[in-house]
Amino acid sequence: MFLEVNELTVDFHTEDGVVHAVDRLSFQVEQGTTLGIVGESGSGKSVTNLAVLGLHNPETAKISGSITFDGQELIGASRSTMERLRGDRIAMIFQDPLTSLSPFHTIGAQIAEVYRKHRGVSRSSARDRAIEMLDRVGIPQPKVRVDDYPHQFSGGMRQRAMIAMALVCDPGLLIADEPTTALDVTVQAQILDLLSELQEQSGTAIVLITHDLGVVANTAHDVLVMYAGRAVERGTMHEVLREPRHPYTWGLLGSMPSLRRPVDLPLEPVRGTPPSLINLPSGCPFHPRCDYMKLLGKEVCAGDRPELAPEHGHGDACYLTLKQKAEQRRRPVEETK
Amino acid sequence: MLRFLTRRVIGAAVILVIISGVTFFLFFVIPADPARLACGKVCPPETLAQARHNLGLDQPVVVQFVSWLGGIFFGRNYEGLGTCPAPCLGYSFVNRAPVFETIIDRLPVTIALTIGASVIFLTFGVATGILAALRQGKPLDKIASISSLVGASMQIYFVGTLAMYFFVYQAHIFPQPKYIPITQDPLGWFGGLLLPWIVLAIIFTANYTRMTRSTMVENLAEDYVRTARAKGMSGRSVVLRFALRGTLTPIITIFGVDLGQLIGGAIITETTFGLQGIGRLSVRAVDNSDLPTLMATVLVAAGAIVVMNIVVDALYAVIDPRVRLS
Ligand SMILES: Nc1ncnc2c1ncn2[C@@H]1O[C@H](COP(=O)(O)OP(=O)(O)O)[C@@H](O)[C@H]1O
Ligand code: SF4
Ligand SMILES: [Mg+2]
Repeated sequence: MFLEVNELTVDFHTEDGVVHAVDRLSFQVEQGTTLGIVGESGSGKSVTNLAVLGLHNPETAKISGSITFDGQELIGASRSTMERLRGDRIAMIFQDPLTSLSPFHTIGAQIAEVYRKHRGVSRSSARDRAIEMLDRVGIPQPKVRVDDYPHQFSGGMRQRAMIAMALVCDPGLLIADEPTTALDVTVQAQILDLLSELQEQSGTAIVLITHDLGVVANTAHDVLVMYAGRAVERGTMHEVLREPRHPYTWGLLGSMPSLRRPVDLPLEPVRGTPPSLINLPSGCPFHPRCDYMKLLGKEVCAGDRPELAPEHGHGDACYLTLKQKAEQRRRPVEETK
Repeated sequence: MLRFLTRRVIGAAVILVIISGVTFFLFFVIPADPARLACGKVCPPETLAQARHNLGLDQPVVVQFVSWLGGIFFGRNYEGLGTCPAPCLGYSFVNRAPVFETIIDRLPVTIALTIGASVIFLTFGVATGILAALRQGKPLDKIASISSLVGASMQIYFVGTLAMYFFVYQAHIFPQPKYIPITQDPLGWFGGLLLPWIVLAIIFTANYTRMTRSTMVENLAEDYVRTARAKGMSGRSVVLRFALRGTLTPIITIFGVDLGQLIGGAIITETTFGLQGIGRLSVRAVDNSDLPTLMATVLVAAGAIVVMNIVVDALYAVIDPRVRLS
């Protein structure tokens, strides 16, 4: 497997206590495919992927488990190893392209810099490469715009420039952390199309992080649903969207405007707020917000923690039986009350 | 840039004329009679009247101010008392010389004092600020913040006097501070100013340490710094090329203010160390009711602040491409 995350755990030691941001999370990404990681804000998506790049502060973040990339273990890898991988074989783009690009350097300089760093080429050929990349991501007049500063670009163009910068070294893995959240709806679709198109050309694997299942619907091959730092459901895009199994996934689908909803199921938005990651609820961490706990009883849901089956394929971490789930999914909304 | 500079220089000139006008009228109401100074110790009434006429003091104050302004461009001639070639800022009868000459004579002392101290406090302040930011909460950070607190609460006359006493008079580590032109003896120039530089730097460094540390801490948490690391940039280039860039603007801001003030005359510093710069000149001018000289020192101080303002604004645009000069 290309990227393999096993039992990844990330704890932050803060003044208020230990924040269990990611708890024994496992997932895989195959070469050339897209994994969508979905969950409400604060569910540990960014923390997970910053761990892949080794970008956490080692003094506050305690990381355990295993992350292998193309056979190489990344947890505990030396700083120089990580610096060589970052930007070259694993690249990352972020939510807000305006703040994520340096306001002090031209777009071209920021792209060329990555190429020079990892390929050791001359200034002028790195610049040519930057122009080529800007052209590939659809920036008009790349020869002129290469000398612009980020504030001279529109939001969508900035994210295109970020993508150009991320892909300049042809990385095997691109982590896109909410790449469209800060953009207009029309621009969102363009950026997602661009990512798919570039993936087809170069065979880059993509981890697409989002809080919006709609983003995943057209882009991802596999989906991982995260809640409170844990994986609660996993499967192919079709499995998770057609037959969502975990009540939290139902809630995520239910909170989407029905027009954009990828499935036609009578679902309701998830109520309440995410739990504190310092004091997690016992048992199923979703139980304080779950409308379906009554089918099983609190002793069950708040007792032992339901685990996601370790084998591959469609799976979820909920004690409801598959039959119960199928029934609940198809019930009209009013009845679940 | 050129248009910006032209406009700002014209604006600065206007400000300086207004400042000189205000000081001119202020001094005019002070009961000190330049004619008496010009006339000398024994001064019969007829000679005094003549001196007054020659100095133009029998004219309305507005006319006097215009003549003073004109002197800057065309020079002036005080009949029988002395000539003052352009640029003439007035003639000092205390020093028996055109004021401009005295200013030109003293300015290098003040400038050397300012530049030397600036080099030290900028280097140290920014460097300790960066290190403290990178070692937040560690011993080095604590030492830096405590010593900058101590430094900031120090006063020049206190530190300066102590330093003079211990290092010059007792231990003889430093020579008596004095100004030797650099063209004459570079080593002597350096040695003579080293102690005042260090003392000034002790006081000023604190500001820069604190400012650099706090903005650096903010900048290190910026998204674009994280991006730089995600691109595989090494730690050093992330700090120096990305995070530090954002701290330059606030540093330049306070540096501009400090520089303007120091060039305007470090009165206390120069007095403490017995250096004959602009600051000392202004004190002497006050003591002697030497209005032309006093007015010129006020103008130098104002000019330094005004010029530094323009330089700082221009630098903002150089540092940060988002800033547009207008
Ligand atoms: N450096 C940190 N120190 C302490 N807590 C953190 C840190 N980084 C993230 N967290 C916490 O970890 C949780 C998960 O955050 P994150 O991964 O950013 O969520 P998201 O799924 O929205 O990307 C949040 O509750 C956040 O407050
Ligand atoms: S285990 Fe219980 S509380 Fe958790 S999601 Fe399933 S039904 Fe809800
Ligand atoms: Mg996030």
